[in-house]
Amino acid sequence: MTDNIVEIDNLSFGYNGRMLHKGINMSFPRGKVVAIMGGSGSGKTTLLRLIGGQLKPVSGEVRVDDVIVHEQGRSDLQKLRRKMGMLFQMGALFTDLSVYENVAFPMREHTDLPESMIRDLVMMKLNAVGLRGARDLMPTELSGGMARRVALARAVALDPAIIMYDEPFAGLDPISMGVICNLIRRLNDALGATSIVVTHDVREAFSFVDYVYFVADGMVAAEGTPDELSKSTLPFVHQFVHGEVDGPVPFHYPAPDYERDMMRGCDV
Amino acid sequence: MSKLLSGLRGFGHRLIDQFWRLGSAARFFAYTLIYSGESLRRPYLVIREIYFTGVLSLIIIIVSAFFVGMVLGLQGYNTLQKYGSSEAIGVLVALSLVRELGPVVTALLFAGRAGTAITAQIGLMKATEQLSAMEMMAVSPIARVVAPRFWAGVISMPLLASLFSMIGILGGYLVAVPVIGVDGGAFWSQMQASVDFREDVMNGFIKSCVFGIACSMIALFEGYDAPPTADGVSRATTRTVVNSSLAVLGLDFVMTSFMIS
Repeated sequence: MTDNIVEIDNLSFGYNGRMLHKGINMSFPRGKVVAIMGGSGSGKTTLLRLIGGQLKPVSGEVRVDDVIVHEQGRSDLQKLRRKMGMLFQMGALFTDLSVYENVAFPMREHTDLPESMIRDLVMMKLNAVGLRGARDLMPTELSGGMARRVALARAVALDPAIIMYDEPFAGLDPISMGVICNLIRRLNDALGATSIVVTHDVREAFSFVDYVYFVADGMVAAEGTPDELSKSTLPFVHQFVHGEVDGPVPFHYPAPDYERDMMRGCDV
Repeated sequence: MSKLLSGLRGFGHRLIDQFWRLGSAARFFAYTLIYSGESLRRPYLVIREIYFTGVLSLIIIIVSAFFVGMVLGLQGYNTLQKYGSSEAIGVLVALSLVRELGPVVTALLFAGRAGTAITAQIGLMKATEQLSAMEMMAVSPIARVVAPRFWAGVISMPLLASLFSMIGILGGYLVAVPVIGVDGGAFWSQMQASVDFREDVMNGFIKSCVFGIACSMIALFEGYDAPPTADGVSRATTRTVVNSSLAVLGLDFVMTSFMIS
């Protein structure tokens, strides 16, 4: 058993001939919280889908617990996924089920536990995210932050070895952000799991993660601990960490010359 | 010349796209059947969907059947009395409903009421990543979401079609006997003598089962295949109604021609 529960080796992936990842290498040590950061559209969420086996790489491989994900058959992939929990960007709660039933869903699907034990486990998970009192609410009655916390309780329902978070802070107020940061760290340490957090919120991520990968142009542009990256002089990292408008990441989408573009309108 | 070529190229692209979709739909159907065992082992999933697709469609089926039956009674009497055979109104109403109108109109109403709901629900589940979440929980969305809805549609359709025919006959009776004054005994006895269980009732039942498979499959595939956007779900819902209606009418012609010959 290696020290890394997830390893990404020379991974390339793209859609319709456009390569999103061009030879990415990453490793995720057991028990750590690792952030994958980068601009919008840099393929961070796609990396999570590749780890989860929802997409197949063009070349290279993703290994989870020493098993190559894209080489697994349906039943082996299902077994592998039982080691994973994933928090989706908007929670992805089942809207026809109550909060209680959402958290109980993976237990009902994968275990033969008696109802009394399922109830106890659901209550423990909901208590851990502070929403035991909201068990009878429907997902439509929850705020964004509450929905994210219920989804988190569901993601850890079966005590997974790997927990993946896709933009857990998107659209949350500062209080909810703090709560989620705290929960990710606390749950990771309590469960002895490994957490992979995809985000572009620098301040929140740097406050609780152990290691950070920066992805840009389909490659790992920089990596290190939050402290190391805060002091980095690499132009991309500096621009990203300090939220500068100007830098290696252009503000404008590629376009023809502005003046020529405007003059063309005069000819019409 | 170049316009003609680009037109031909566009037509070719659309044709290939349609064949591609047809292939995807066939594969989707095969997967649904393969995963059906998993969901049929948990009958509560199917029963729950029968409630949503079948029971909640009862109002529109009953009301429509009643009006269709009454119109059949009025039109039938109007024509039959010219030939002095107004007592045969019961036969006309029953045969029209059991053989054709029951299965076909039920399927069209089912596509409009339950089919669109299924497509929109699955399309939105896809757009809000609920299906992806299920996959990541090592739960197959085909087994958990698609197969129960498919079997619910297949089971509901013949039941709804039978109910449609019964209510339609009742509507026809109410117009023909108490309102117009046709003899009640003749209405029922001629119907009993002329409607054959195997030829008429069973053929109608077979038709409604086939329509159940077609309408459920189209609604599910369109939802599952819908682009995860508001526009994508809206187009998929429209395609469900259009494709289901065309499939029902086309299949009806094919099955009727086989059954008559």
